[in-house]
Amino acid sequence: MARMKFLCDADRCIECNACVTACKNEHEVPWGINRRRVVTINDGKPGERSISMACMHCTDAPCQAVCPVNCFYTTADGVVLHSKDLCIGCGYCFYACPFGAPQYPRVGNFGSRGKMDKCTYCAGGPEADGSKAEYAKYGANRLAEGKLPLCAEMCSTKSLLAGDGDVVVQIYKERVAKRGYGSGAWGWKTAYGEAIES
Amino acid sequence: MTLISKFRVIVVALALLVMALSTQPVRAQQPASVNPQASAVTEDRLFQELNRISGRCTLPDQKACTIEQPAGRDWRYFHQVTLRWIGGLTIIGMLAVLIVFYLWRGMVRIESGRSGRTIVRFNAFERFVHWMTATCFIILALSGLNITFGKPLLLPLIGPNSFTAWSQWAKYAHNYLSFPFTIGVFLIFLIWIAGNIPNRVDIEWLKRGGGIVGHDHPPAYRFNAGQKMIYWVVVLGGTAVAVSGYVLMFPFYGTNVASMQTAQMAHAIVALLFIAVMIGHIYIGTVGMEGAFEAMGTGTVDLNWAKEHHNLWLEEKNARTGPNEPQRQPAVTPAE
Repeated sequence: MARMKFLCDADRCIECNACVTACKNEHEVPWGINRRRVVTINDGKPGERSISMACMHCTDAPCQAVCPVNCFYTTADGVVLHSKDLCIGCGYCFYACPFGAPQYPRVGNFGSRGKMDKCTYCAGGPEADGSKAEYAKYGANRLAEGKLPLCAEMCSTKSLLAGDGDVVVQIYKERVAKRGYGSGAWGWKTAYGEAIES
Repeated sequence: MTLISKFRVIVVALALLVMALSTQPVRAQQPASVNPQASAVTEDRLFQELNRISGRCTLPDQKACTIEQPAGRDWRYFHQVTLRWIGGLTIIGMLAVLIVFYLWRGMVRIESGRSGRTIVRFNAFERFVHWMTATCFIILALSGLNITFGKPLLLPLIGPNSFTAWSQWAKYAHNYLSFPFTIGVFLIFLIWIAGNIPNRVDIEWLKRGGGIVGHDHPPAYRFNAGQKMIYWVVVLGGTAVAVSGYVLMFPFYGTNVASMQTAQMAHAIVALLFIAVMIGHIYIGTVGMEGAFEAMGTGTVDLNWAKEHHNLWLEEKNARTGPNEPQRQPAVTPAE
């Protein structure tokens, strides 16, 4: 089985936010919820970097560990998904998540945040693949159709890579070899416990 | 071609030649390929500066601009390991101590027996405040323990759907009952502060171990040193859980992820210690001591109980109202 991962090649990200828009449109994500966002570090200064970040679908996911109702599960592809039927909106996954991935439809009304929403790696939820109920709660299930996440598919500079971790690393390493430098593979150490050389 | 146009061509050619010559050495100095990574920010360097990486983002939700906060791992360890140890040790430890103590000492009896004459200890308002706070506390404690211990203990027994349904209601109860609980703690602070200022009698009481061992009855006013400790645990612990609880209940109002994690840790630790202390309080107020429960039940206590446990309070009360005031307990409770 493949182990699905995201990799943002920061050298290529031009902060166009197409990944953010693609995600919102594909899944009809409600207002105020951002499953993916682009953050620019050292904006306007020499050496600035833009990174597109969403749920990294961590190995030994912290959200899954702290969830008091056990609503998370990891698929055979290594994708971390959750059940909105089981979620009680306590907000603990947001405290534990290193990447700020969990989102809530409401904030700060006596702690009833509503059901948590996050990037599904375009893999839906526990409902039947491609069903209406699944689409309403989690958005499209592209993975079940044999397609990869739309954010990475839409990326104009192919900065954002999605797919089997080994293949993603191979593509990235070829780039590093060709251009002579890497761009850090942001978040990989935290999410997967591994760093890619250079 | 006219002379002027020939001249113009020569001038342009010369100008181009000069430009070409002047740029040539500059280009020669450039390396074969540029490595923008050399000057770019790196994850490792940012983590060395701060255990969090933030930048600029175009979203109204500024929390989204924090791209990485590995501190979540420490909080996860606290929540999954440290907190469960603290809770397990204090609560099971307290229960174990009480069971052993009960088996060894049994119920503390009224040694001179019941006199049949009672005296008012807590009026209706005091009892209302006590039971309002106590009811809220028990529900808050159970729903709070559910968040930490429900997943390993209750979830396997009742299944995910029932557990979510119960946890959802428990969470609502936890949030809304915090208001009457906070009011209760505040009222407890006001109505009993007078009797709970530590004084010299407490030192004597503590030296004699509160008379727990043997049949000793050290002197005490309305509240003995042990009860004063319970009072201050309720007032100070109650304030701490209320403040940290409201921070959690209104997430990210002037707080960030780090302060939310801190609030959760403070809330959980104080609450678990609070629960352990209250188990002791419940013990001594029920099976631990004869004649103690009725103080908060009916509001009156037996005269001999008062003589043994709160002699100075009884003397004070008699001095104020006269010893004839205590009413004879009716043999049969009249129908209401």
